[in-house]
Amino acid sequence: MVITAISINDVSKSFDKQLVLKDINLQISEGKIIGLIGPSGAGKSTIIKIILGMEVPDSGTTMIFNQKMPNRKLLGQIGYMAQTDALYEQLTGRENLKFYADMKGLNKRDAIEQIKHVARVVDLVADLDKRVSGYSGGMKRRLSLAIALLGFNQILILDEPTVGVDPALRKQIWSELQKLRNEGKTILVTTHVMDEAELTDEVALLLGGKIIADDTPIKLKQIYQVESVEEVFLKAEAQQR
Amino acid sequence: MRTLMIAQRVIKELLRDKRTLALMFLAPVLILFLMKLVFSVNSQTDVNVATVNVSTSLNESLNKDSHVSIIKYNQNKQALRALEDKKVDAAINYHDNNFYVKYSNVDASKTNATKLALNNALLLNSTKRMKQQLQKLQSTLGIPVNKVMSSSKPKIYNSYVYGNSKTNFFDKIVPILMGFFVFFFVFLISGMALLNERTSGTLSRLLATPVKRSEIVFGYMLSYGVIAILQTLVIVLFTVWALNVEVVGSIFYVILINFVLALVALAFGILMSTFAKSEFQMMQFIPLVVIPQIFFSGIIPLDTMAKGVRVISYILPLKYAGDALTGIVMSGDGFEQIVIPIVVLLGFLIILTVLNILGLKKYRKV
Repeated sequence: MVITAISINDVSKSFDKQLVLKDINLQISEGKIIGLIGPSGAGKSTIIKIILGMEVPDSGTTMIFNQKMPNRKLLGQIGYMAQTDALYEQLTGRENLKFYADMKGLNKRDAIEQIKHVARVVDLVADLDKRVSGYSGGMKRRLSLAIALLGFNQILILDEPTVGVDPALRKQIWSELQKLRNEGKTILVTTHVMDEAELTDEVALLLGGKIIADDTPIKLKQIYQVESVEEVFLKAEAQQR
Repeated sequence: MRTLMIAQRVIKELLRDKRTLALMFLAPVLILFLMKLVFSVNSQTDVNVATVNVSTSLNESLNKDSHVSIIKYNQNKQALRALEDKKVDAAINYHDNNFYVKYSNVDASKTNATKLALNNALLLNSTKRMKQQLQKLQSTLGIPVNKVMSSSKPKIYNSYVYGNSKTNFFDKIVPILMGFFVFFFVFLISGMALLNERTSGTLSRLLATPVKRSEIVFGYMLSYGVIAILQTLVIVLFTVWALNVEVVGSIFYVILINFVLALVALAFGILMSTFAKSEFQMMQFIPLVVIPQIFFSGIIPLDTMAKGVRVISYILPLKYAGDALTGIVMSGDGFEQIVIPIVVLLGFLIILTVLNILGLKKYRKV
């Protein structure tokens, strides 16, 4: 039986009378990587904020594992990486990780073990005791991702996780994401990089506040009769106009 | 538990920011030292007075005042020119049995000193004249002079409830300044710190973990409370030992008041940072929030203000802290006297804290 990890039902949201999301329906089953793609301003970040309970939709509901959001306790099962790096610059990489591990409620032993692990995944082991203010943009992005991976998360929500990360490491990160998926974790990724969209199990195309397509990359390519997800995106955008 | 971790992190961040640290601990010390210099030196005003047609005896009486020096002129015109040329601070012209005094009035304290000196000199002269007339009367009546006039002039012995003869304006404002520095720096730096959390996105990220909103607010309170205690210690020890200011009451109470005031400042800073979009906008609250508090903190005596204006002071936390600190430092107030200011400050604190916890709802709905 397929368990629904994230369920968005008839969600609408507007800011200052401007409709950002219109009757969004999206069911994400457990153990899948979902790519949420769409032009900037399409409402990707708003969807993420509603899933996390930072915003409340004007109408409709969001459920995580059949529990209604917003729900503070459920946040312990969600790893979140925002578009901005959101790091404490005066602290070292390790101190940043330790702090968020504490906030996630990890005990001491788990925290030390997980910090070791996530630092290896994002290739920051050697720089962990340097202050973040001395990090490059890419290193900050990686540390930010490492923070999101901390904890016993059932769900990962990553807003543009690989911006400013070089190709070799990007590949490594994606293989880690796939490994996590194989362990049964659910991962929601927004991205601008269309070849990354090919690596997902399912692509949700968000245009003008509506989900206009939601299927596996292969099926989408068949429907739109194109060779790549990028072309799907372009064609869909053209049809909207 | 999370509260403690947040407090730990805030302190760690602050300790690594050397400049902010210096601002919190060295700036108050430097400013207090400068104020001591400015207010202690030259507390006496020396005035130069031009006199025209004034009797020799009055001139002598005026000259007796060591802060007054007399320049005699024959004509009023010359005296007025001297006044215009800023050679003298006042010109006294005597004619038709009246004194006509013109003051430059650039410095009000000099004007007052001149007025006082003139009055004293006139009083001195009239008593001298009375004495002479009395002597004349006595000699015509044949009474021995020393029988009536022998009683010697009484001496004045001064003693002070607070401080000594050198106590001046600086000593009066020191207790209030102690409170002010704690308020100002905690307000500014904590406001900036939370603003930084908002703009850098760490606040959103923090709220994406299962942390409670209250844990964030309490974490900040704990860390800045500790910082405020240290800051108060530095300020108090410096004023007591280096600036020789006498603290009559308990230093512990001074720290207690400053601690509570720091928490109010912190809660206020966090609340104000909600309305600021950038550091510059945070700075804009200084003239709106901080400066008015100085006026009503007691540095300018409140009982000289109009009643309607005085009411404003009741809504400003610094007034209560200033009252309590002045009481402790200058008259040795005990706990019974400072309990009301503390309760009022705690009232401010509770209201502001609740507003802050609710205010964080803007970033997460639960």
